[in-house]
Amino acid sequence: MTLTPRAAGRLALLGLLGGILQLTTISQISIFGVPADLSPLLVASVGFLCGSIPGAVFGFCLGLFVDTALLQTLGVNSLVYTAVGYGAGRIRELRDPAHTLAPVLVGAAATAVAAVGFSLLQFLLGVEAPVSLQLLRQILLTIVLNTLLALPVYAICRRVMLPFLPDDPRRRRRRAYTTGGLSPLSRA
Amino acid sequence: MHDKAVRRRRAVLVALVVLSLFLLTAYFGERTGGPLHAVQRTAMEVLAPIQEGANRALKPFRDLFGWFGDTLDAKEERDKLRAERDALEKKLADVTVERDELKQIKGLEQFNTAGGLNRYEPVPARVIARSPNSWYQTFQINKGTSDGVRKDQPVVNSAGLVGKIKEVSDGNAVVMLLTDPEFGVSARSLESGEPGSVYPEVGAQGDLRFELVPNAKEVRRGERIITAGTSTSARVSDLTSLYPRGIPIGTVKRIETGEGELDRVIHVEPAADLRSLDIVEVLIEPDADLRAQVP
Repeated sequence: MTLTPRAAGRLALLGLLGGILQLTTISQISIFGVPADLSPLLVASVGFLCGSIPGAVFGFCLGLFVDTALLQTLGVNSLVYTAVGYGAGRIRELRDPAHTLAPVLVGAAATAVAAVGFSLLQFLLGVEAPVSLQLLRQILLTIVLNTLLALPVYAICRRVMLPFLPDDPRRRRRRAYTTGGLSPLSRA
Repeated sequence: MHDKAVRRRRAVLVALVVLSLFLLTAYFGERTGGPLHAVQRTAMEVLAPIQEGANRALKPFRDLFGWFGDTLDAKEERDKLRAERDALEKKLADVTVERDELKQIKGLEQFNTAGGLNRYEPVPARVIARSPNSWYQTFQINKGTSDGVRKDQPVVNSAGLVGKIKEVSDGNAVVMLLTDPEFGVSARSLESGEPGSVYPEVGAQGDLRFELVPNAKEVRRGERIITAGTSTSARVSDLTSLYPRGIPIGTVKRIETGEGELDRVIHVEPAADLRSLDIVEVLIEPDADLRAQVP
């Protein structure tokens, strides 16, 4: 995908709104004792839809926004989400999975990478928090919760970025038939 | 072309990672008043009103989810509290039963000491079953022949006479209440000293009659009726059904006066609360006094 200024603007708006929604609302709603985390899902969805470079840049910016808004160590979330966005984009570029549930798997994997990566970085920075069952349970529950949210988040991101995405061959075919276009056979 | 794209992609990734690491290192290394902290604080001040506005705008949405969560939590808590309440109720019931039993046992001990019943070798027993209908005024106790319990021995509680042993097996016995139609005991009024016999009032549950009283007009309302301790048999060996002297039977509740002296009916209310009996005593040596008197 070519990153035009309008597409970048939409991504920025998506990141800003998603980040604010996460910080003001989603993080305050506990399900199974843990809140969901939209950030890795947003980053993974953008990377999966737009490619590795937009994914990495979006991840870096969203991470920076989260770190800034929460007065956390700058760069931690940026680093983690850069990796997540880049990874999700590379999956699209290398494998191009067509399955409907592929975003769910990507979302789950992104959440797992983000949670584990964030914890590792915190340990590396010397934050004193022992690896406990509670921490593992929290990570696992967040992954489960995010897996459930992955598809709706992906659908929203896709809808926002639809005008800038390369035309999907299947969608193009469907549009051709339903709008009275000629089928490849009739053209032949 | 492809190589260029790959190089570009890798360059962007490396740049972002390096930038992140630089930020991380610089931020971690600098003091609280450093430039990165200052930038972060400024950015936060800019973001704070936006966050506050969003926070307020999205509060209903958050409350809705919170309501669901609270409802689920409340249900869980309710179930937990219900289980706790049931357990406490059971515990309370157990404690209440134990307290009542203790009260009865203490009462019996006092009764034995003050009333001099210890010499009749009282055997404490627990009521384990009760006749559910009014035709049979009986209950079952957990003591039998192996404990020295025999047929016709008197049964008392801390208030007074309860009945007598009707049937007995090795480990259990059936007690006939003094309100049973077949029951009868020789008695006397405590204050006026009038002798007579106490029988149940037929058709009136829980009511007794003090009959065969020579000077019935001497008996007053509120007077206490006790066992007389007399027997129709002359032989000591036949005295197994004797009720010891001085066990309270009841109190004169009302007196019906007729035309003549013989028409006078004295109603007695049992001293023992026969509806709530848990612990009783069987006097297994009721003729101890007479044995002592016989040369």
